[in-house]
Amino acid sequence: MDREKVVEVQGLHAAFDDTTVLSDISFAAYKGEITVILGGSGSGKTTLLKHLLGLYHIVQGRASVLGKDLSGLREVEQVELYHQMGVFYQSGALLNSLSVAENVALPLAQHTRLPRELIDDIVMMKLGLVNMTHAFHLYPSQLSGGMLKRVALARAIVMDPPLLFCDEPGAGLDPVMLESLDALILNLKNMLGMSIVMVTHDVSSILRVADRIVFLDSGRVALEGDLDTALKSDHPAVKGFFGVLKHEHIRQIQG
Amino acid sequence: MTNNKKKHHPTSFRAQGIVCHLDGNTLHVSGKLSFDEAAGFVRWTLKTVRPLRPERLILELSGLEYIDSAGVMALAYLQNKLGKKKIKTELTGGSESINEKTKLFSPGQRAERPRSYRPGAFEYAGYRLHLFFSSYLMGFLILAANISYWGLVDLFNKRSRRKGEFVNQAVLIGANAALIVVFLSFVIGYVIALHSAGQLRVFGANIFVVDLVVISYMSQMGPLITAILVAGRSGSSIAAEIATMQVTSELDALKTMGLNPNRFVVVPKLYACMLTMPFLIVLANVSGITGGAMAAWVYLDISPGIFINRMEHVLQAKDLYTGLVKSQVFAGLIVLTGSFYGFRVEKGAEGVGKVTTTAVVVAITLVILADSILGVIFY
Repeated sequence: MDREKVVEVQGLHAAFDDTTVLSDISFAAYKGEITVILGGSGSGKTTLLKHLLGLYHIVQGRASVLGKDLSGLREVEQVELYHQMGVFYQSGALLNSLSVAENVALPLAQHTRLPRELIDDIVMMKLGLVNMTHAFHLYPSQLSGGMLKRVALARAIVMDPPLLFCDEPGAGLDPVMLESLDALILNLKNMLGMSIVMVTHDVSSILRVADRIVFLDSGRVALEGDLDTALKSDHPAVKGFFGVLKHEHIRQIQG
Repeated sequence: MTNNKKKHHPTSFRAQGIVCHLDGNTLHVSGKLSFDEAAGFVRWTLKTVRPLRPERLILELSGLEYIDSAGVMALAYLQNKLGKKKIKTELTGGSESINEKTKLFSPGQRAERPRSYRPGAFEYAGYRLHLFFSSYLMGFLILAANISYWGLVDLFNKRSRRKGEFVNQAVLIGANAALIVVFLSFVIGYVIALHSAGQLRVFGANIFVVDLVVISYMSQMGPLITAILVAGRSGSSIAAEIATMQVTSELDALKTMGLNPNRFVVVPKLYACMLTMPFLIVLANVSGITGGAMAAWVYLDISPGIFINRMEHVLQAKDLYTGLVKSQVFAGLIVLTGSFYGFRVEKGAEGVGKVTTTAVVVAITLVILADSILGVIFY
């Protein structure tokens, strides 16, 4: 049976001035799965993510998100697409002038006609999912790095988007916090059937959450497949990366 | 139902993906209850059920195919709202997936905002006064002392100065401001002479327009216009730059590298401002007086030759020194105020905007106050 594709990229090229960043990128992410985009620094992960988010214009190749071709998408259509996806930024990207609750409520207040009290209830419930109800009145400058991330996740999922993009969600978190964040992301997938596209380096996260891996090396897809395929790959860059992962894996099994 | 209907409300509701039908005290909900339908569903149900005042309302969900977090919260919101009107609600018939979602999105306790202490008017006034002296004034003086100390030390310590930074700042603060200073001074000089011309002509005192323009420009207008322009242009830029460095932890990085941010960031700006300000003031004076001379020529028939001849009698060395002293005081105040507010930034991007505005307003205020004080001293 054909699985439904939530993201499909075909022959995507990207270059800044004379430097090619992405070259002939093709891969797909499927509904209800967590697709992890991996790669070393400068491999083009962030550029790829920005193309998928519609922040960079596609010059060559094709990319579609939730069945919509991103090339030539009108502004109204792009906004409609944004309603159906959540984005969890590495830095949190919360608005500093708004409190935690106001940050999370922002998409609801702007895109729905729900009564104010109901919006507050939804905000508190979403903050409850990430264990941040106690901080609803605080401002981003008063939060720690881990708290910022949790609030950012609450904001990303506040509209129950079918597709969630995560940019380095675990960066800067301690292992306990990272594990709970991974559990939360898994919950979103399992309970809500959310499809997730995640850029991460963290090997323990990959072990815990990845259904599918897209490995980028020097702007090209070095590997696309599940974790087992990645572990068995002979590609030098993939082998180098997963050499660490295997060791970690073994330690986890031993632990 | 306990009450008869007083108003007629439709017993069915259909919008987007949802269909609701009120049958006695049972509300059949079918289709989809998501962000798109929740607002309409809640409004219709409250409007329809409240006037009927049933003792209980059964929300029958067997026809409900999809629900999201907004739908679950809408149901909880309804139960809460109707409960306040003494109408008991009951959810029945939901499929397994609907019940799972209802459990997953169980509403949390609505947290109460912690109550902040509100001081009385006197207490507040005292607190602000204390804050002004202990935080603002003391902070400003400490920063001034620190920057002055490092400014003096680095004058004789070539190694500690960043190569090229002084020239870079001198171009940014001084050279780049020259054109606007010249242009505005010329226009203001012209307008001052123009407005004076009418009055002076009445008394046959045309020639005194030279005294008016030269004295006012050399001792007051030139330094003041220059300082206000530099405060607006470079004072804001200094505050914004330092505030951004603070927000992005660049200042912390400097400290942990063993570098003094005052010495590293502020002192080069202070040197640049103090060195370029006198030149800018001279440019402003020349330009303003030229503007005045042009107006005198056009409206009072005072030729440039006569203007220059009279100017030689009016101009005093004291006016030049006054301008020089003022330039140094103003330069110090502008750089100090910009840095002081830059270092005090709070709350990210919004804070940067706030401190930048405050820095400009305070710098201009201080410059005008200092100008008045120096004006009295050098009178």
